[in-house]
Amino acid sequence: MTLDKARKGQVIRITKICNELIRVQAIRFGLSEGEVITCQEIVPAGPVVVSRNKQEIAIGRSLARNIQVELC
Amino acid sequence: MDNGNAEVKIPAGGKKIVLAGNPNVGKSVFFNALTGLYMDVSNYPGTTLDMACGRYNGDVVIDTPGVYGVSSFNEEEEITRDIILAADLVVNVIDAVHLERDLFLTLQIIDMGIPMVVALNMVDEAMREGLKINTALLEKLLGVPVVPTAVVHNTGIEELKSKIYFARTGHAETSLLKKIENSNIPTSRAEALLVLEGDPVVSRRYCVQPGTGREEIYRARLDRANRILNLVVMETHRGTDFTARLGRLMLRPWTGFPLLLLALWIIYEVVGVVLAQVIVPVTEEFMIGYYEPAVRFLLDAVLPQDSVVSALLAGRFGLLTFTITYMLGLLLPLVFGIFLVLSILEDSGYLPRIATLVDRALGVMGLNGQAIIPLILGFGCVTMAIISTRMLRTDRERRIAIFLLALGVPCSAQMAIIMAILAVLGGFYLLFYFFFVFCVLVAAGTLLGRFLPGGTSPLLIELPPLRLPGPKNVWKKAWLKSYQFMKEAFPLFAGGALLLSILEVTGLLQGLRNFLVPITVTWLHLPAEIADVFIMGLIRKEFGAASILVLQMLPLQKLVVMITLTLTVPCLASTMIILKERGWREGLLIWSAVLALAFLIGGVVTRLLEAFSTAGSLQSSPLLFGVMILGLAATLVLARLCPSGKAI
Repeated sequence: MTLDKARKGQVIRITKICNELIRVQAIRFGLSEGEVITCQEIVPAGPVVVSRNKQEIAIGRSLARNIQVELC
Repeated sequence: MDNGNAEVKIPAGGKKIVLAGNPNVGKSVFFNALTGLYMDVSNYPGTTLDMACGRYNGDVVIDTPGVYGVSSFNEEEEITRDIILAADLVVNVIDAVHLERDLFLTLQIIDMGIPMVVALNMVDEAMREGLKINTALLEKLLGVPVVPTAVVHNTGIEELKSKIYFARTGHAETSLLKKIENSNIPTSRAEALLVLEGDPVVSRRYCVQPGTGREEIYRARLDRANRILNLVVMETHRGTDFTARLGRLMLRPWTGFPLLLLALWIIYEVVGVVLAQVIVPVTEEFMIGYYEPAVRFLLDAVLPQDSVVSALLAGRFGLLTFTITYMLGLLLPLVFGIFLVLSILEDSGYLPRIATLVDRALGVMGLNGQAIIPLILGFGCVTMAIISTRMLRTDRERRIAIFLLALGVPCSAQMAIIMAILAVLGGFYLLFYFFFVFCVLVAAGTLLGRFLPGGTSPLLIELPPLRLPGPKNVWKKAWLKSYQFMKEAFPLFAGGALLLSILEVTGLLQGLRNFLVPITVTWLHLPAEIADVFIMGLIRKEFGAASILVLQMLPLQKLVVMITLTLTVPCLASTMIILKERGWREGLLIWSAVLALAFLIGGVVTRLLEAFSTAGSLQSSPLLFGVMILGLAATLVLARLCPSGKAI
């Protein structure tokens, strides 16, 4: 499924990030394909906030639609 | 060193010690500890105009903007990249609580083969969060000295100083080293690595094709960082949950927006009430009651009373009276207050959460949540905010953000005057002013977002942990920014005052006023003298506004003037920056459009307000707000209805 369909509290693994430029920038944040993250918060009609260890990252809704994830 | 847009001058002599690290790790405190200088390399890219250089032990210490990696994704990174390439050794400041993120840069610098010392900062916070870090093992795995520090409490700095010159090159990724060797790029290992990672600028310098293996290299580096992390960090217990919960509340619309309104209200109380209505009258009275008479007394002893020079120095726009009183008695306290607020917002970690909250709303204007940061910074200094629009990822977004900044964001100096004039008239006037300007900005942004071609880049930002800002740090930051702001303002202000005095003395001022009567009197229903305000407003916005204090006007007229002045073109410094950032043609286009819009809207507002007021005083009327909301809604709907081929 895509990240924007994830629900709060789910532990998910990133399977694919479609946009190349974003993919590379995300890697430096620690969000790469294969990483396990937790969905922390979904802002209604807005960004998805995920966490990896102690780090929190906000991802815009349109980007979240282009990130494939699977439940762990 | 020339980097296209920015030129970095590094003083000669001694080794070049470069401070590098992610945003928000405390680099500037290290810079201060080493050099004794305080230069704020802020949390937000684009908010510094110069690179910070200082001396330590005869060597040069250079601070860099916070970056997540060495590459060319934006201007900050380009500058940092070049500085690191020129470094003799690097002090890499990392956040002990966020090793998973910070180690990427650390490993990249190690791969580049630059001698390094790691300052593991915020160990106190890590302990609080229940993280235990095996520093010795980390040192072994990285191959460079690692010094635990808690710079906020001054711990570890001496140890770092003792270890700086023991900087080593560290254990680079072996397969990567082989790749660099095999590529046969005729340059240093660091630059060869950047070429392999696909850096276009470095590749061009050596006339080679940029490599295509960036993603692979990055992935491997991240894997290595994760492996090290798992070996070195142990979580002993869950950290405090309060800040995490507060952070969540800030993000959810039902709690987030009320919290935002609460924050804004607190800011208003502090700046608009305590400062503007309590402290400033005291400082002003001191200046007018003691300073000015003293100056006049001294001048009378030296110069004849009616001379031109006397008028220039102590007349209506007197250099020694008006200018000084204004700058020290009115402007300084208020500007400082606003920068204090902004520093607290910055250091607390609230700003990125506001960005997340408003991301959807800003999407309507073709911007993403990140744009709220330059817009908020604009309340401090519009010039600075315009530079910080570089953090936005597409040209289109920068264009829209700059237009909005130029059109309607009042800088701290303007806010100072607004508070001084409107707050005294009553909360309603202030409320109307903000609401109206807000509506204009939203309308303008929406129209721009709809009709400018191109897409919006999606939000991708880190939410740093919420923390209570260190009071000393906040105070120093605010003081530094205020000082720089005032230093920039003073000569322009003094020059402007002098100009006005000359215009007045020679009679040209009256001529200009008459010339502008069709606009000031006929269209805006204001006294003719208000022309002074708008003329001076071209140089420094608040300078124009200061003249309002001396003019007799109805409350309604004051409101119209403030609105029009806010909407019109920004001060000279900002205008220059706009021309520099967007180029002559686009810059002039923006400038003219804003000027025209400001006066057009000014006239409309005049008539609107007059319809709702008696004898120059505004009647508190919900109907008035209703009309504005309707107008805004109409604009939004209209923008939506217009066909647009752009996809979000």
